[in-house]
Amino acid sequence: MPSHDVLVIGAGLAGQRAALAAAEQGVSVGIVSKVHPVRSHSNAAQGGINAALNPDDTWESHAFDTVKGSDYLGDQDAIEIMAREAPEEILHMEHLGVTFHRNAEGKLGTRAFGGASAARTYYVADITGQAIMHVLYEQLMKYSEQITRYEEWFSSSLAIDENGECCGVVTRNVADGSMELFGAKSVILATGGSGQIWKPTTNALICTGDGIAMAYRVGAKLMDMEMIQYHPTTLAGKGFLITEGARGEGALLLNKNGERFMEKYAPNKMELASRDVVSRAEQTEINEGRGFPDGTVALDITVVPKKRIHEALREIVLVGRDFAGVDITREPIHIKPGNHYTMGGVKTDVEGRTDIPGLYAAGEAACVSVHGGNRLGANSLLDTLIFGKHSGRDAAARALRTDWSKPSGKVLEDEQAMVDDINGREKGSGRRVSEIKLELGQTMDSKVAVFRDEAGITEALETVRRLKEEAKTAYIDDHGSVFNQDLMGAIELGYMLDCAECSCIGALERKESRGAQYRTDYPERNDEEWLKHINLEKTEDGPEISYSEVTITQWQPEARTY
Amino acid sequence: MADYTIKVRRYQPESGEAAYWEEFNVELDPSLSVLDGLLQAKDRDDGSLAVRCSCRAAICGSCGMKINGQSGLGCQTQIGEAQEQANKMAAATGKSAAEASSPVGVEADHSGLHTGHAHTATTTAAVPIVIEPMGNMPVIKDLVTDMESTHWTKIRRVTPWLLPFGEPPEREYIVEPESMVDITQSMACIQCGACVSSCLSMEVDPLFIGPAALAKAYRFVGDPRDAETSERLADLAQDPHGIYDCTHCFSCVDACPKGVAPMDQIMRLRRKAGENGIDDPNSGHSHEMAFVKIIEKKGTLDESMLLQESFAPGVLGKLMPTKRAIKEMIGSLPTAVRGVKAGKMRSLRKLIPGAHHKLPDGAQDEVKAIYKHAEEHNEEFNLYIKGEEGDEEAAVEERLEPASAPGAEEASNG
Repeated sequence: MPSHDVLVIGAGLAGQRAALAAAEQGVSVGIVSKVHPVRSHSNAAQGGINAALNPDDTWESHAFDTVKGSDYLGDQDAIEIMAREAPEEILHMEHLGVTFHRNAEGKLGTRAFGGASAARTYYVADITGQAIMHVLYEQLMKYSEQITRYEEWFSSSLAIDENGECCGVVTRNVADGSMELFGAKSVILATGGSGQIWKPTTNALICTGDGIAMAYRVGAKLMDMEMIQYHPTTLAGKGFLITEGARGEGALLLNKNGERFMEKYAPNKMELASRDVVSRAEQTEINEGRGFPDGTVALDITVVPKKRIHEALREIVLVGRDFAGVDITREPIHIKPGNHYTMGGVKTDVEGRTDIPGLYAAGEAACVSVHGGNRLGANSLLDTLIFGKHSGRDAAARALRTDWSKPSGKVLEDEQAMVDDINGREKGSGRRVSEIKLELGQTMDSKVAVFRDEAGITEALETVRRLKEEAKTAYIDDHGSVFNQDLMGAIELGYMLDCAECSCIGALERKESRGAQYRTDYPERNDEEWLKHINLEKTEDGPEISYSEVTITQWQPEARTY
Repeated sequence: MADYTIKVRRYQPESGEAAYWEEFNVELDPSLSVLDGLLQAKDRDDGSLAVRCSCRAAICGSCGMKINGQSGLGCQTQIGEAQEQANKMAAATGKSAAEASSPVGVEADHSGLHTGHAHTATTTAAVPIVIEPMGNMPVIKDLVTDMESTHWTKIRRVTPWLLPFGEPPEREYIVEPESMVDITQSMACIQCGACVSSCLSMEVDPLFIGPAALAKAYRFVGDPRDAETSERLADLAQDPHGIYDCTHCFSCVDACPKGVAPMDQIMRLRRKAGENGIDDPNSGHSHEMAFVKIIEKKGTLDESMLLQESFAPGVLGKLMPTKRAIKEMIGSLPTAVRGVKAGKMRSLRKLIPGAHHKLPDGAQDEVKAIYKHAEEHNEEFNLYIKGEEGDEEAAVEERLEPASAPGAEEASNG
């Protein structure tokens, strides 16, 4: 049985940062990822990473913007840690080799971003996530003696010992189908969000909520699963992301009459209001007939100087050309709000600890919560690095003071039986896995999206529960061992349905409008009753609801205008 | 919506059978991608069809493959365009890309083409879009290749992490803004392997470090924060499978979905190696300089001068060749003889030093003018600075004197 003091599941930014932080403490680390690490979805973060590094800026200002952006649902102790440690972390990344944009003096330069009161977003053109992740992967290669990489290993279940502590994970070598129980003193889930529950989404096909569901299944609490961000600028139908950096560089949002409609919704911040605000404004324009016939509004990037576009928005030039047939330097591009980010996730404290001893979560899989009801642009990369680092350090510290616990082999037997069951289903025994995924995605995008109400969410929940039943008999075509993506897809469907059920339950439960949760039947924020987190814990009868306090340190809730 | 037939080269390692072709009919909007087509076939017809994919937006680098013989990303190639390309290829050659590109394909076509999933009801006589796994890599299953043994091993070969000068500064490193933009072009690499798949040098020399790893190397060589620039350059220049193994074929530039232009990065490494006076056993730098010098002088390549100029340049080299130069020149003779035998030299007279003609009339002056222009405009071809290729061409056209353009054409024809 391969064993490591610290085992990290997922190798995007949070996972890689956690692995490096743990290794620095002198423990043995394994990092397991279902895709090659550089394929992870952190790649897709285009615009940048926030830090109050400029001498004119303060961490308090960054923290307050984040608190306000979260619609006061973010935990302020966690937000303070993130904002305080951000400058040091950016410098650390710079020292490791990230090719951040420089100003004329050769120092780190910034760009403006949504919901921020200062230009504090550091960036590498519009490939910031990719650039940081590839640099972290360079470090993983450099420290290959301390960190063992398991690239293309698919994890399916956490092992819990008799004391109720997490002690390993069952994982499948994608290349040959062999299944192993990996032992660990600490396990960090860094498996990303669950965007694939929605269709379309900006999220990659791999974002199926694996870690969130695995933690939920062993009894960890999930938090604020109703908080799902719709990004204001995505390509209709395909869901591709156009970075907020475009608006940061000065691009305008226009309706079909050429009106700069954000004047009505956020007269001060205009296009750079919080994402939930901009997405609702766009959807309102579209719903009230001022959008284009394809259900979109226009993003006009032509107002940005061409030289600047090539230097700073290169990726968007390519996205426009390759995926929309539009030269963004010459004409506006049609966009709409699209599913983008899971603010909720596995409930953790500021060190990444979940309710299960030995089990940690970081990044989009986790809910610390620094994003609360709405994440600010360029805070997600920061979240992954800061809390990846905290989780890695604490997981290593725990490993150093903990004895090995031998996981029971039963979990491996159970997983093998689960795989055999899926493999044993005959064609025609039920629906195709792909059909169920499609119905799930369309249902969620129509009922649990920018605007929600009780009837719609209830309908979605009923659909999800029916699909859960149907998934039990859904069949696959591939019964082989080598690179059986069909089988992994069936297992991922299970993760997605667990996450979807929790998102519906949370959305139904929160009878107010806050951040990304906008209930047309409860259109106001209600601090008296709902300034609290919704926690969900797995029971035989589905998720059981409980609540936890929002931590407030220095910023009392106020009305939120931009 | 339109109907397409995609013809996929499949290999199922557990079946015990050789690779074979299978056609799938798919129905999707022409603006959707070849990957969307494959995923539709996988979702509707055969879930065992293996293809790595994740982001669908040309950023994760998973779905490198060959489409109608051209290496690229499945998600970045619109299926409508792929169809047009397949039609053009068929019209030009009378064959489909499968027949043209792969001998295995021809055999499979004659023996056992599986058409089980091709719903023949839609009997369009359309040419299939041909999809194959990437080249220069072992195939694991269908379109999934073993990138570890061919790609990542070579990435690790170039010491792919920053080697800074001692302890980092308290704040950020202060560097020229342009230097960061410069290396951001190679930083834009998503490690998809399309360049490796298309690399002709690697077909001949599988040990060639290759376009992706060398572009990665430039990311450090060009980084002012890296302390080991000359060590890196010496390492890459002296490796017999290093920077001088590239033959300038541009395949990687065509294949790269992100505008990294790996060949350009290799050329930058070569230039920096030359500037750093790195002595390489391949005489790669002096060979390159010989080309530059001969063309400046004569307009076209004088093969008779090439060997001597490469290994013993200038009058001094001619009068007093070093031992190494003599050895290298004698060692190169069989290649020269093979060239003559293979009819690559049309006239034996060309072998006589000095007999090679200059360009007629004022054409040689035009060549010199091009050299002068190039020296005065010593700019990098970098998409992060210049923008689209079209813009670049337009900008060059604007700058060049209208009269000099025909002259340049004549020179290249001559």
